[in-house]
Amino acid sequence: MRKSRINMVITGAAVFSLALGACSSGSGSGNSSGGKQNLTVEDYYIATYDPIYQDCATQVGVNVNPVHVAGAALIAKVLQQASSKTLPDVLMLDNPDVQQIAQTGALAPLSDFGVTAPAGDVPAVVTAGTYQGKLYGIAPVINSIALYYNVDMLKAAGITPPTTWDELRADAKKLSNPSNGVYGFAMSNINTYEGTWQFLPFFWTSGGDEKNIDTQGAGQAVQFVLDLQNDGSMSKSSVTWAQSDVNNQFIAGKAAMMINGPWQLPVLNATKGLNFDSVPIPTPTSSQKVVAPLGGETFNVPQTGDKTKMALAGKFVACLNSPAMQLKIAKVSGNVPADESSAATWAQSDPQVKSFVETVKTARARTAELGPKWPTAATAIYTAVQLALTGKATPAAALQQAQASNH
Amino acid sequence: MAAVRADSAGGAERATLGTPDSRRRRRYSHDLIGWMFVAPAILFVLVFFGYPIVKNLTMSLQNYSTTTFFTGFAPWVGFSNYVTIFADPIFITSVINTALFTIGSIIFQFVIGLGLALFFKRHFPLSGFLRSLLLLPWLLPLIASAAVWKWILDQGSGALNQFLGIFGIAPVPWLVSPTVALISVIGVNIWLGIPFNTTILYSGLQAVPEELYEAASLDGAVGWKSFWYITWPSIRSVVGVVVVLGVVYTLKVIDIILGLTGGGPANSTQTLATLAYQKSFVQFLFGQGAAVSNLLIVVSLIFALAYLRITRKEVDE
Repeated sequence: MRKSRINMVITGAAVFSLALGACSSGSGSGNSSGGKQNLTVEDYYIATYDPIYQDCATQVGVNVNPVHVAGAALIAKVLQQASSKTLPDVLMLDNPDVQQIAQTGALAPLSDFGVTAPAGDVPAVVTAGTYQGKLYGIAPVINSIALYYNVDMLKAAGITPPTTWDELRADAKKLSNPSNGVYGFAMSNINTYEGTWQFLPFFWTSGGDEKNIDTQGAGQAVQFVLDLQNDGSMSKSSVTWAQSDVNNQFIAGKAAMMINGPWQLPVLNATKGLNFDSVPIPTPTSSQKVVAPLGGETFNVPQTGDKTKMALAGKFVACLNSPAMQLKIAKVSGNVPADESSAATWAQSDPQVKSFVETVKTARARTAELGPKWPTAATAIYTAVQLALTGKATPAAALQQAQASNH
Repeated sequence: MAAVRADSAGGAERATLGTPDSRRRRRYSHDLIGWMFVAPAILFVLVFFGYPIVKNLTMSLQNYSTTTFFTGFAPWVGFSNYVTIFADPIFITSVINTALFTIGSIIFQFVIGLGLALFFKRHFPLSGFLRSLLLLPWLLPLIASAAVWKWILDQGSGALNQFLGIFGIAPVPWLVSPTVALISVIGVNIWLGIPFNTTILYSGLQAVPEELYEAASLDGAVGWKSFWYITWPSIRSVVGVVVVLGVVYTLKVIDIILGLTGGGPANSTQTLATLAYQKSFVQFLFGQGAAVSNLLIVVSLIFALAYLRITRKEVDE
């Protein structure tokens, strides 16, 4: 009996130690090497940005460690890091997310480090990165969307690129060839924030407002997109297309015109035999300037608790946003420098981005009005567009239904 | 020392120890060893299954937002998350879609699965090979399957519409029309669920003794009659297991729907599972997302309890 008791103790101890054996404690990463501080930069870019970070790291006098995360997973990772208090030293955020993350208290106001947005920056950049009067993030390069068109197709039909909604509607109809499966116009109306992003130029320019989307101006915008679909100028599948799908349709010659951004330029340029160009998105009347959404990512300084490193991170963010650095980043990313005069210089050297440079001047930040509450309005907007395009409701009724959940 | 008694096998052991006290201590140490082996498993279940469920319940009663991740503070709001969810017009749509999705999937998965299982009962050349091919939908990663099906079902250039075009059928808006989108999603889920049903039902059919069929055929019961009077009663317990497991699994399906339609044109394929995902991970309203998923857990629990009752009855019978 004593033997069985000893057996029991040994068995128990062995089983428990097996269970605990799997646990291991992680160790923190090294902090400084050779006297220089190590800054972690977290973003969803690819390694082409590393030389840029290295450049600023040399200017500020730190070592930089870039961490690249997959695009869709960035916010989830940031939330994880916020709860485990392991936020990076410099954090890149897509501009509509800045106010929501700033609200959590995870970001430090840049004024703490004496950093302000460059004076020549487009105004929307400051609006996007500001929460409750304090600036948290600045975007060095920005973008928006414009109307790409197939030069050959338009020339064959004898049309010049449209500038107003009526022209766009007429041109798209002329360019459509249903027997060949060719549509005159393509855009993304998918049930994600991408669909909202593509619809905003129409929504805002005709007077729509995200606080209350059930207005006449918004109704006109929804009606316009519905008309394009009913005319047969836009495929009914647009409710399932993301911007990359729209780009594929354009490349395959199935769409004569499309709404897309400058990030597609590398792919479009690589397509043999595709003659394309772009103009700003048409407006309801010829006297208006298009109000398109502001795209682009900001750099922010999270609250890590390490005052020295945060100050250095502030300097790093300021370096990335200097006009000289903006031009370098524009070259690497294909986006437009946020500083207006740098952007004008940039347009001279790269004529393909001219319409984007033009558009961002009057671009609007998505979070300008609603701040952290933007996602609810964005959801309501794409829901309304989908209800109208799928025929489940008239444009007015669709907006009314969607507004019910916009609070 | 041992006085061997001839009356029972355990008598020798009992004779060695003799007193009831030592018998009790022996049983106690026996039990304790058993508990110590099970303890890590219990701990695992408590931490990885119990804790998330409790946390989900508390999260649904709190205003849990992105701020909570940084500050760790989530104010109690009682049942207001549930009230908001029930008042949301999308909620009714989600419930109806979930019911249609589950019922439609299970019925067809089961009928087709049973048909195939009965078909493969007869051994013909290549039947083994074909049966293993049938497992493919189950083995493929769901996200990859969803991506391929999304391409196949594309209205303009999808393979399915091109195929139907040969017979002169106009392009069907598989994922574009609100009504057809739900049917498409159910269809893909049926394709996914057939291997599971076929495999389980096939093994259930194998367990039916051949003599019953031979005896029945002597009485003239062949074909449909033999199925109804012999096969069906014999596999009823297996059918119960397959249906209940299928329902519990189908209620949670999210990857197929997200991959194909993301909740569908105008919320036409939004189910409770996708609504919970949408609320929590797209809009970051974790409290409301937790409320929806708690409802889903309750429904799944009802079916799981039904499963336990069915299998328990089996043991008693």
